[in-house]
Amino acid sequence: MIGLIGKKVGMTQVFADDGQAIPVTVIEAGPCTVVDVKTEEKHGYSAVQLGFDNWTKKRPKSKPVQGQFDRAGVPAKKHLKEFRVADSGPYEVRQDLKADVFTPGEKIKVTGTSKGKGFAGPVRRWGFSGFGDSHGAKGSRAAGAVGMCATPARTLKGHKMAGRMGAVRRCVRNLVVVEVDPERNLLMVKGAVPGVRRGYVYVEKLQEWTPPAPEVKEPEEQPDTHLEGQATEPASQVPEDQQAGQSEEEKPQGE
Amino acid sequence: MGLLDSVEARNSDRNVTEFKPGDTVRVQVRIVEGEKQRLQAFQGIVIQRKGAGVRETFTVRRVTGGIGVERIFALRSPNVSQIEVLRRGRTRRARLYYLRDRKGKAAQVKERRN
Repeated sequence: MIGLIGKKVGMTQVFADDGQAIPVTVIEAGPCTVVDVKTEEKHGYSAVQLGFDNWTKKRPKSKPVQGQFDRAGVPAKKHLKEFRVADSGPYEVRQDLKADVFTPGEKIKVTGTSKGKGFAGPVRRWGFSGFGDSHGAKGSRAAGAVGMCATPARTLKGHKMAGRMGAVRRCVRNLVVVEVDPERNLLMVKGAVPGVRRGYVYVEKLQEWTPPAPEVKEPEEQPDTHLEGQATEPASQVPEDQQAGQSEEEKPQGE
Repeated sequence: MGLLDSVEARNSDRNVTEFKPGDTVRVQVRIVEGEKQRLQAFQGIVIQRKGAGVRETFTVRRVTGGIGVERIFALRSPNVSQIEVLRRGRTRRARLYYLRDRKGKAAQVKERRN
């Protein structure tokens, strides 16, 4: 389902009308630019490829990835992600999706990379109980027995043990949108969201949605940094209208 | 100002009455009973203020019938409709937990004059 790429800002609380304090995660979601639109006819499935956060590093994006942005006529983005949609018809390349894709009260799914916990013991990692400290015992957070006897004479695969914990992709479903600020592209989501502050998250809708009539921007001038020493590449220094014409040709979903 | 701060600064104009730990205050709390709304007062000594921005809370302690009662209020909560300072207290610390161990006259806070 369509969603947005966002950045976790942090957690705080807001008050509901009845005075209840609601714990919320603030997510800066969007503006996400449509970089590519995949269609049933051409690609065999419908999806929208979104870019988020302008590329600010001096080092250029790798050429194959940069080509994606050049074709769309948008400045390079830090993050690209494709969202499957039932019908990609209403979406246009270079259209900006803002946080108002979401409405307060709506249920959403948020995907992120959880915080890394390092090498964690079984008590922390798997919720083992450990052993008690009393009655003269020293207490222990060890895992205990890991197998049986001569049969099977080995430890079964997948046994819960100590090891690296966290820093894996996690999603949380059915989080509720509490507030939407389309001007600053802020979403306030009830409860916690995986990952560190400033970490990227995918905020996805759980219901079908059709975008309003798209406002398509003119292709933007590419920043000069990644074009240095590439004068041979035709797309690099062409005037804007010519560049637009070119991307029109290459656009798969052209009329 | 970071994005989070701007969210946290919200309602920062609510309950701007200045008060400190040691002050005696009367807090008017909005209580909703079914359809009706009313204000309930809670009066006592502020023993701590905690947090900042929208998340700031304060604890008010009073002794009724020999039983100590402490209530924690969210400073920016719409349910805390008014905070009235009845008496300023002079204290040497920010958290007056020691009042919990004292009774009667020993549990008083001296008045601040300035």
